[in-house]
Amino acid sequence: MLEIRWHSRAGQGAVTGAKGLADVVSRTGKFVQAFAFYGSAKRGAAMTAYNRVDDEEILNHEKFMHPDYVLVIDPGLTYTADITAHEKDTTKYIITTHLDKEELIAGQPKLKGKDVYVVDCMQISLDTIGRAIPNTPMLGALMKVSGMFELDYFQNAMKGVLAKFPQKIIDANMAAIERAYNSVK
Amino acid sequence: MAEKMELNEVEVWDGNMAASQALRQAQVDVVAAYPITPSTPIVQNYSSFLANGYIDGEFVMVESEHAAMSGCVGAAAAGGRVATATSSQGFALMSEVLYQASGMRLPIVLTVVNRALAAPLNVNGDHSDMYLGRDSGWIQLDAFNCQQAYDLTLMAFRIGEDHSIRLPVMVHQDGFITSHTAENVKPLSDDEAYEFVGEYKPMNAMLDLAKPVTYGVQTEEDWHFEHKARQHADLMTKVFGKVEEVFDAFEKKTGRKYNIVEEYMMEDAEVAIVALGTTVETSELVAKMMREEGIKAGVVAPRLFRPWPFEQIRKALANVKAVACLDRSSPNGALGALYNEVTASLYQNDNRPVITNYIYGLGGRDFTIDHAKEIFKELDANAKEGRPTTPLQQFVGLRGPKLSFY
Repeated sequence: MLEIRWHSRAGQGAVTGAKGLADVVSRTGKFVQAFAFYGSAKRGAAMTAYNRVDDEEILNHEKFMHPDYVLVIDPGLTYTADITAHEKDTTKYIITTHLDKEELIAGQPKLKGKDVYVVDCMQISLDTIGRAIPNTPMLGALMKVSGMFELDYFQNAMKGVLAKFPQKIIDANMAAIERAYNSVK
Repeated sequence: MAEKMELNEVEVWDGNMAASQALRQAQVDVVAAYPITPSTPIVQNYSSFLANGYIDGEFVMVESEHAAMSGCVGAAAAGGRVATATSSQGFALMSEVLYQASGMRLPIVLTVVNRALAAPLNVNGDHSDMYLGRDSGWIQLDAFNCQQAYDLTLMAFRIGEDHSIRLPVMVHQDGFITSHTAENVKPLSDDEAYEFVGEYKPMNAMLDLAKPVTYGVQTEEDWHFEHKARQHADLMTKVFGKVEEVFDAFEKKTGRKYNIVEEYMMEDAEVAIVALGTTVETSELVAKMMREEGIKAGVVAPRLFRPWPFEQIRKALANVKAVACLDRSSPNGALGALYNEVTASLYQNDNRPVITNYIYGLGGRDFTIDHAKEIFKELDANAKEGRPTTPLQQFVGLRGPKLSFY
């Protein structure tokens, strides 16, 4: 069982990102879950979203998890949210920030000694999509760090997930995924 | 003519999308609806299907849930296939009309996304609304995941609309834990689904002007009792056979098997959890874990909550030593509803297990693997002692000092 926790603000697309990932993964014959804690669902409020992936049907419906990956798509949440909650020794963190890894860890000692990766999903989405929707770039970074799928395969699968959008938006998302894939460190 | 939708063999749908797709495929004549969290996306998806040409039926936007169910009653009495969706406060506001619908024997399908009842206000899932409906004369089916929310919604039409049944049907799913959780769902094609549900055959339609009928008459003491008794008798005697027949037909079509009471590892189980909703699946997972610790654990779950499957529950739990009934609703001054139903059923058996009650998960409080493990361990102790080793009613997952009664 692979478990992923997203830290996001409502409106940044964590739920869409989690569902998009679930959709892509399901096409390889695996079983998936994508869900979120909404709270009172105010735009901008801190929230968490979750993925589970397994080779067998997923019977576990508890919200609690020890995540394999923590994806932080809002830079501020590294400082204000409990992103290390229920971590494992092997938990990998992929964090949106304009800082380099050392600067980030110096500012947030709770990340010291952890398996941390940084990527600037905000700048990438602003440059490619034109809006601060950091979800698809985060998926690109996750593909690189996890090795879950090759970049080409994942981009093609995401084109299917995004099929209802105009070609311009699909192209922008593809560019965002690719840039994050190549720039996550 | 509505367009057909191309669906993948496996879709990743949340429970709301699963329910909306089933409503679309059933080619419902009238949906009258008022949105409420967490079931809003069911009618929101449905209205976008309609706007995009995938639905021929009418979608009526009304000013409240009372009006939504009233619109459904009118449309069903007129002679159409009818459905809607609601949750929680909306369900409570509908409750007057729920009794009207079942008393008039109108086969409406209501997809209920279970949510807590205020106060305090809470949009998350528990079974308070499902329990509120249990004396309303409706058939109540319960889904434990998204696939089941889809499958049972299709089956609900065929069960309720049968001329020997003529009763409205609720299909329940857990708020957020099912309704907003995307999972693998294998849908039928539009043609296969509609072929399974079948064309609607009206009975005593008000729009059949050649044969005038009256709905909603006043009866007073000379006929009220006979009408209610007949409805109860049909629920007690006709529904089980029809549900089984539809479940069998569905299995032939899809390979997916449903039972009036679902049993998991009950062949040799000594202790069992009885639950509803997503908790059933989490408990199944934990029952398997407990087997590795040497506890012969199993799970029993009423797929059909109303009419209450008295005989099936007696049979499923005939040989166990200890049972935990898990209620996700505050009983507010009594033992839990599931506890009372199961205990009354098992009292008629020669073997009477130790039965305890757990109140859990109110307002969406997480029910975890650790909670289920703890319950199975307490059941194991009860089974070994042959008597309750805990209070009869305990609260699970509640903060603060442990709360228990009796």
